Amino acid sequence: MKKLVICVLLVNLLAACASEKPKEVAAAAPETPAAKETVAAEPAAVAVDPLNDPANILAKRSVYFPFDVSAVQDADKPIVLAHGKYLNEHPSRKIRVEGNCDERGSNEYNLALGQRRAESVKKMLVLGGAKASQIETVSYGEEKPKATGHDEASWSQNRRSDIKY
Amino acid sequence: MVLRVLRSMIGLLLFVQVSVASAVLDIEIIGAGEHQIPIAIVPFGGDDLLAKTINAVVMGDLQRSGLFRPVDLAGKAPHELSEVSYPDWQARGADALVIGSVALQANGRIEARFRLLDVVKQAELSGQAVSANGDQVRAVGHRVADLIYEKLTGDKGVFGTRIAYVNRQGKKFSLIVADSDGYNEQTVLAQNEPIMSPAWSPDGSHLAYVSFETGHAVVYVQSLYTNQRTVLADFHGSNSAPAWSPDGKQMAVVLTRDGSSQIYLVRPDGSGLRRITFSGVIDTEPNFSPDGQSLLFTSDRGGTAQIYSVPAGGGTEQRVTFGEGNNFSPRYSPDGKGFVYTHFINGKFYIAVQDIQNGQVEILTAGGWEKKPSFAPNGKLILFASEARGRGILATVSSDGRVQQHMFTQSGDAREPVWGPHL
Repeated sequence: MKKLVICVLLVNLLAACASEKPKEVAAAAPETPAAKETVAAEPAAVAVDPLNDPANILAKRSVYFPFDVSAVQDADKPIVLAHGKYLNEHPSRKIRVEGNCDERGSNEYNLALGQRRAESVKKMLVLGGAKASQIETVSYGEEKPKATGHDEASWSQNRRSDIKY
Repeated sequence: MVLRVLRSMIGLLLFVQVSVASAVLDIEIIGAGEHQIPIAIVPFGGDDLLAKTINAVVMGDLQRSGLFRPVDLAGKAPHELSEVSYPDWQARGADALVIGSVALQANGRIEARFRLLDVVKQAELSGQAVSANGDQVRAVGHRVADLIYEKLTGDKGVFGTRIAYVNRQGKKFSLIVADSDGYNEQTVLAQNEPIMSPAWSPDGSHLAYVSFETGHAVVYVQSLYTNQRTVLADFHGSNSAPAWSPDGKQMAVVLTRDGSSQIYLVRPDGSGLRRITFSGVIDTEPNFSPDGQSLLFTSDRGGTAQIYSVPAGGGTEQRVTFGEGNNFSPRYSPDGKGFVYTHFINGKFYIAVQDIQNGQVEILTAGGWEKKPSFAPNGKLILFASEARGRGILATVSSDGRVQQHMFTQSGDAREPVWGPHL
C-alpha cells in the first residue's frame, strides 16, 4: 500500500515539476501506479510551493526502518531524495531530521541509534542536492513514541526519521 | 557513630524540596533468601503515630533485603529491657529482638532510642539513639533499619540512601529523587520534554542527566542542595549517558559532535574535553570501575549491542559479553569484581550479572520488560526498571536473585532508575 501511494505521489510530482529534469526521480520510481487514485489527486498549480501540496511527494515527511537498522530503505529513498532536491532549490530553507526508535534496547542505545537514523537521512538528503548546513539532526531515541503498544504494530511506527521544515 | 548519624541527618535536611508528591506506594515482595534471620520487631513505645511509621519502614527495609524473616509478636510488646522475657522469644523462634521508644521532643525533633537484642545469647547487641527533624520520620526508620542490618549481617546498610529515576506521565517527564524504598519523592525537574539517564555524583550532592528541553539531548549537572545547574555538554546532535568517575573529578559522556556516538571524558565543569573511543559506530553507556581505571560500555561494533571495556584514559578495547542476544547498560558492582547489565533475547529483557574474572553469567530475573540495573552501594541489592500491571515500575532484586520487590509509584511510568551513594 505504501508503495502505491508513493507511485501516485511521484506521478504528481512529475506533473507539477514538468519543467524540471525528471531523471533522478523517475529512476527511483517503483512499479505500477494505481489509476483510480491518480484521478482523485489532480496536479497542483506550478506556482504553489510543492511543500504545501498535500498530493506532492514532499508531503511525506517520515521514513521507516527495520529493527536495529539505520540505513534508509529502498522504498523510502524517493521521498528523501525529493526533499534533498527541494532543499537544493530552496537554499534558504532549513530542516530538522528527528530520529526515533522502538523501545527494544536501552534508552541510551536507542538515543544513539535514533541519531544514526537521522544522520543516514541527512546523508541521503545531501545526495539529493541539499547542503549539510541546511540540516540539523537530532534523536529522541525511544523517548517520544508515536504508538505506545508493546507490539510490532507500534514498534514499526516508532522506528522512524521525521523531516521537519 | 553519633557523628555519622548527625552528618547523614544534616545531609537529609539540606535536600531542597522542589515539591513533595503525596507518595502512596504499593510494594510487593516476591521470594525469600536462603538464610533468613528470624527477627521480632516490636513497635516502639512513646508516640504511637511515629512508632507505627518507623515500624513499617524498618519491617519493609529488612524484608526487602531478603535476609530477614519477621517473627509474630503474639501480643507481646516490651519497650524496656526489664520487660523482655527471652524464653518467650526463643519459643517463637526469634534470633533477634528489637525494642525501643520514640518521642517528639520540645525542639520539634524526633528521637528514637532502641536496643537490638540477641535472643539466643540473651544479650544486648546494640543500643542506639537516632534523631531527625520532625518531618523526617521515615529517615529515622531507615536509619534504625540500617543499624540493625549492619549489626546482624556485617554489611553496611543502604536503606538510608536515595534513588533517582524519571517518571513519565503522558508527555510530562519528571526527574525524581526518592528514598531507597521509593517513598519521600521529590521532584528535581518537571517538563514536557524527555529526561534520561540520571547519574549521581559520588558524594550524592549532584545529579547529571540528559534533558531535551532545548529540542535535543543536552547533559546537565544539577546541585541537589541549591538546585543550581550547569550545562555539561551541548554540542550538535545528541549529548548523553553521563557517568562520574569515583573521585568525582572526571565525567564520561557520549557525544555525536564528531559523527557517531562516541565516549569522551570531561571535567564536571565542562572543561578538558577529550575523546576516548574512535570506533565510528555506537559506543555508549560508559560506567567507571570503582578504582577509576577502566570503563565498561555498550557498543554495536560487532554488529549487535554488546558490552566492552576500555582503560579510562583510552586504549585497547575488549569485548566482555558473548553468546546469543544483545547486552546493554553495564554497571560495575561496588567491589569491582562483577557487573550488572540488561540482557535482551527472544523479545525479553533480563537483569544479569557477570563475573569479571571468569566471565560467568547469572540471570537474576524471570524476564520481561526489565532494564537499566544499578547496584546499591553495598552491592547486595540491584535496582532496575520493570513493568507490571501495564505500567513502568521500580523493582529491586537481591544480588543472589532470590528476592524481588516491585514498587508501584502513584502514577505514570517509572524509568531509568539509579541507586545513589552513601551520604
